[in-house]
Amino acid sequence: MAYLSFVALIPLAAVVVRSLDGGLDSFWAAVSSPQAVAALRLTLIASLIVVVINAVTGTLIAWVLVRDAFPGKGIVNSLIDLPFALPTIVAGLTLLAFYGPDSPVGLNLAFTQASVAMALLFVTLPFVVRAVQPVLLELDREMEQAAESLGAGRATVFRRIILPNLLPAIIAGAGLAFARAIGEFGSLVLLTGNIPFKTEAASVFIFSQVQSDNPVGAAAVSVVLLLVALVVLLIFGLISKRVLRHEQ
Amino acid sequence: MSSRYALRFAALGYLALLLGIPVTLVFINAFDEGIAAAWSAVTTPEAQHAFYLTAVMVAVAVPLNTIFGVLCALAIVRQRFRGRAVLNALVDLPFAVSPVVVGLALLLVYNRRDGWAGEWLADHGVRIIFSTPGMILATMFVSLPFVVREVIPVLREIGTEQEQAAATLGAGGLQTFFRITLPAIRWGVAYGVVLTTARALGEFGAVSVVSGRISGETQTATLFVEDRFEAFDQTGAYAAGVVLALLALVTLLAMNLIKPKEGQA
Repeated sequence: MAYLSFVALIPLAAVVVRSLDGGLDSFWAAVSSPQAVAALRLTLIASLIVVVINAVTGTLIAWVLVRDAFPGKGIVNSLIDLPFALPTIVAGLTLLAFYGPDSPVGLNLAFTQASVAMALLFVTLPFVVRAVQPVLLELDREMEQAAESLGAGRATVFRRIILPNLLPAIIAGAGLAFARAIGEFGSLVLLTGNIPFKTEAASVFIFSQVQSDNPVGAAAVSVVLLLVALVVLLIFGLISKRVLRHEQ
Repeated sequence: MSSRYALRFAALGYLALLLGIPVTLVFINAFDEGIAAAWSAVTTPEAQHAFYLTAVMVAVAVPLNTIFGVLCALAIVRQRFRGRAVLNALVDLPFAVSPVVVGLALLLVYNRRDGWAGEWLADHGVRIIFSTPGMILATMFVSLPFVVREVIPVLREIGTEQEQAAATLGAGGLQTFFRITLPAIRWGVAYGVVLTTARALGEFGAVSVVSGRISGETQTATLFVEDRFEAFDQTGAYAAGVVLALLALVTLLAMNLIKPKEGQA
């Protein structure tokens, strides 16, 4: 407990306290400065888009990995975790190699808002896949067979049988992906150019405030990010539980 | 059956565009100017020091977090005390915090000018921010939850029967732990250690804030990659990136070797 306090709790408390150093007014001024608002808005919107894309592609990938069979499936399956294992700065470098100015296919997304989403998609790839996969493995095929024997088409079976069973896992995975996306820093640094009002995400904004010796402003935006992350994890956790209970 | 191929094509195509092709390109770019150039780029004194420093981070943070992780998991699963649920929730906190915020948090507490503990530490000649201890703290913070999270489900699964049996046969607490509990949870611990190591190796944001980025002094491998890139040294950045990517692949391999054994343990 003492270990936890010195490493994590006391420092986090310091962020909250320092953000209120100049009173609520200066907290609000720091958070509502145009550059801070632009950074927070970019982070939230990009994370939201990324999470929606992840929910679809993650479910698709999990589906193919569980229900399909093709040579090299085992390798693909283990490579899914690569974004977890790869240092984020290398993730940024990786995307820059293919989607940057030296792109071999002439697709230069560097320094655009699309590059922010791209980086977030990369680092959050495993969450939904890894949440959905075990549920899909456990899923009873008999329900689907019963539905098919009663004349349901493939689309109906997916919509009425499979999707409701996967939904809690998809939501739980999406919640984790969102929490990760709003805090992401390393992969954005090289790829997005960090242009204020355009491609500067909230974490990058905090970093620049620290560098320009404005710890109170940095702490204020940090508190907003912390709150959003906690609230999102709480809400997604509750939805996922409720859907689960509803199913039972 | 055609829809099956369409799904397979879509899933693999997405993975190739996002993951496969870009990662392959990093390897190609690193060896753009030949293997010799890449090799000399990662063996400069700065690069060597950066990798050495990263190794130090791992060597300190991983054992400490492993010991803490096992103790914390034991406390959460085996003991009943007030605030157990709170502890359980707090352990996950580092997952929800941006690395930059982690760095800022440590900066606010331990900096020498106006940090909470900074003055006392400065009086005693201890320097944390802009030096190795601060970077180790940052690494510990971000990799804190992994061992706890991996060990808790295993502890729940194995139950307490064997431990109670050992206790009735006269084994002390320590003996029971080393002879019964630890062997039973070893694969969970190992998996957690692998994840902790991967996170510690790759940490960038938090370390970046507290390090002060002094080349050859407080520059870790990930900071070195950024530094080389900003200095337009493509080969250096990509070569160091390849070393880190290889380490990540080794981590993946270790994860795959350990995971199937979890079921048997």
